[in-house]
Amino acid sequence: MSPVPPSSARPDEVSFGRDAADELAGAAPAASDRQAGAWSPGSPPRRGGAATQAAAAPSAAAPEPDVAGEADAAIATRGLTKRFRSGQLAVDNLTLRVPRGSVYGFLGPNGSGKTTTIRMLLGLVAPTSGGHQLFGVTMPDGAGAVLPRVGSLVEGPAFYSFLSGPANLARCDAADRTADPRTAAARIGEALERVGLTAAGAKHYRAYSLGMKQRLAIAAGLLRPRDLMILDEPTNGLDPQGTREVRGLIRKIAADGTTVFVSSHLLAEVEQISSHVGVMRAGQLVFEGSLEQLRGRDAARIRVRTPDPDVAAQVLAGLGLADIQRQDGQISAQLGEERPEDVCARLVHAGVRVAGLDTPRASLEDLFVELTGEGFDVNG
Amino acid sequence: MSTGDLATAGRPPAGEPPAAGAAGGGVAWRPSAARAWLRLYRSELGLIFLRWRNVALLAVLAAIPVLTGVALKLAAPSGRGQGPAFLDQVAGNGVFLAFLALTVMLTLVLPLAIAVVSGDSIAGEAGHGTLRYLLTVPAGRTRLLAIKYGALLTFCVACCVLVSAVALATGAAAFPVGPVTLLSGDTVSLADGLLRLLLVTLYVAAGMGALAAIGLAISTFTEHAIAAIAAILVIAIASEVCDNIPQFSVVHPYLPTHWWLSFDGLLRMPIAWGEVGHGLLSFGIYAVIFCAVAWARFTSADVTS
Repeated sequence: MSPVPPSSARPDEVSFGRDAADELAGAAPAASDRQAGAWSPGSPPRRGGAATQAAAAPSAAAPEPDVAGEADAAIATRGLTKRFRSGQLAVDNLTLRVPRGSVYGFLGPNGSGKTTTIRMLLGLVAPTSGGHQLFGVTMPDGAGAVLPRVGSLVEGPAFYSFLSGPANLARCDAADRTADPRTAAARIGEALERVGLTAAGAKHYRAYSLGMKQRLAIAAGLLRPRDLMILDEPTNGLDPQGTREVRGLIRKIAADGTTVFVSSHLLAEVEQISSHVGVMRAGQLVFEGSLEQLRGRDAARIRVRTPDPDVAAQVLAGLGLADIQRQDGQISAQLGEERPEDVCARLVHAGVRVAGLDTPRASLEDLFVELTGEGFDVNG
Repeated sequence: MSTGDLATAGRPPAGEPPAAGAAGGGVAWRPSAARAWLRLYRSELGLIFLRWRNVALLAVLAAIPVLTGVALKLAAPSGRGQGPAFLDQVAGNGVFLAFLALTVMLTLVLPLAIAVVSGDSIAGEAGHGTLRYLLTVPAGRTRLLAIKYGALLTFCVACCVLVSAVALATGAAAFPVGPVTLLSGDTVSLADGLLRLLLVTLYVAAGMGALAAIGLAISTFTEHAIAAIAAILVIAIASEVCDNIPQFSVVHPYLPTHWWLSFDGLLRMPIAWGEVGHGLLSFGIYAVIFCAVAWARFTSADVTS
């Protein structure tokens, strides 16, 4: 395992959790409420729209490989919206695209609509409006055809407590009308081996540890070769060892060419494995793209420690730097196009005594919190 | 497996509601569709019959006829004509213990067993969270429901046959067994009598099958199995109470429990099908209506458990 980058600093998580809670308490935006309400009466022309889009896409081939026809994406949603009967708008006009072969990190605080989205993707919950396709097959009509290609872990493992692990997997396999019963025993053994549960064999499920349960759920997804694995919080509640095991497992699955869609409320959990991320906030997708694109959102800043802040501020302003902030003995500004060494030279030239100078970059975690939390000052 | 085997294999679940709907865009299934149905059906039976709780239920069902037989044996050590009529009958012919056991257990114990298993059928899966995994496999909602009901019917038959068989064995062990005197006064051979017993057992199972349909429907509305079980029992008991209040005689024929004991006709010579036919019709209608309710609910409900 590669060393955990400083971005996963625990204090961030704490503040992130608090922000998320505030956001949940305060912020179901009234405007989007009305919007979704307007869609719900007539189911919109989702299929026609999707088909047109797919046909039009090749001609509009953009430099980015991600932007392709919906049929080429492992998951493509279009205005997916879910309003529960309680009136709660869980998912609001969600349009996301998961490229084939990617490891897609689906991020957001608890309660931001990730699980509801996943339930809709799998056909467990019917969208209020909008629709989606898996591998170009429209759901939920095509569920029988496409879901056998999809393995899933939804909101934690769930098995019969009075059955052993293998018996539970046999039950899952029996429910799959496209699975070959003659190979069931071999496939079950193989899946258990892949997740390292062979030894647990005869134990009843109720005697499993949380990590074992989680791994058994992943094994259920591996009963047959899959084109897509949808994993909802696969490391939830696991200790660091368990987390590492699951992460390694996901890497292995992805290495086999399976598209992996993994949700988490912790960026640190997925940033090491995912090629793409989507960030949810209060039911809306606030960012979708590669990790590099997420990093690119960060505007570099320069930070100067000096006993002469007034002069320094003048110099920085003179250079045309934006967003100049002063804080006891420290002054910072957006770097823009300037190079830090040039700025330093100008400061010194102007007689500013520079005690220290650096260009802090926000960690991914900070960016993530900025996206998902309300009014969090990244550089504060 | 030969084609003939496959055809037979597919039968139990295939008798259920619109199975074709379950396929959706079922592109992926192969000629082994019948086998796939049978496989899930067997898995379902395994869940019901290997579960400790259900085994205990069946053990209770089997124990009651034995206890009844022992009690009657102890109560009738001497000559006849001193106890109630049924006591004489059983003492005279052990076969009657089976009829007695079915009649006695039909008011509460059998419905209880059916309520527990049918109420648990969908609600239990939802409560455990296993339902979401079955559906994402995908098992197919209509298919799963059909197989669940098929397994419930099997359980109903198993319960009734178990009670009959144990009672018969106990009766044969404790009392003399011989030609059976029917309600019409005719005496038929033991073989004919046992055939009548089988018919009565299946009739009782049909009544339980209707109750199981009600249970299945209720089970699709909750993820708390215990709530579903309680609701089914309340319905059964309320119906039995109403059935005993003469002022409600207008609704009696429409009560789900009203025809449960109407198997007298099977014990006459010749068999009087009138009441029995009414009963079977009532069970059939209840089964169809509540399977439809279950289907409508289950195929449209959001699975959020």
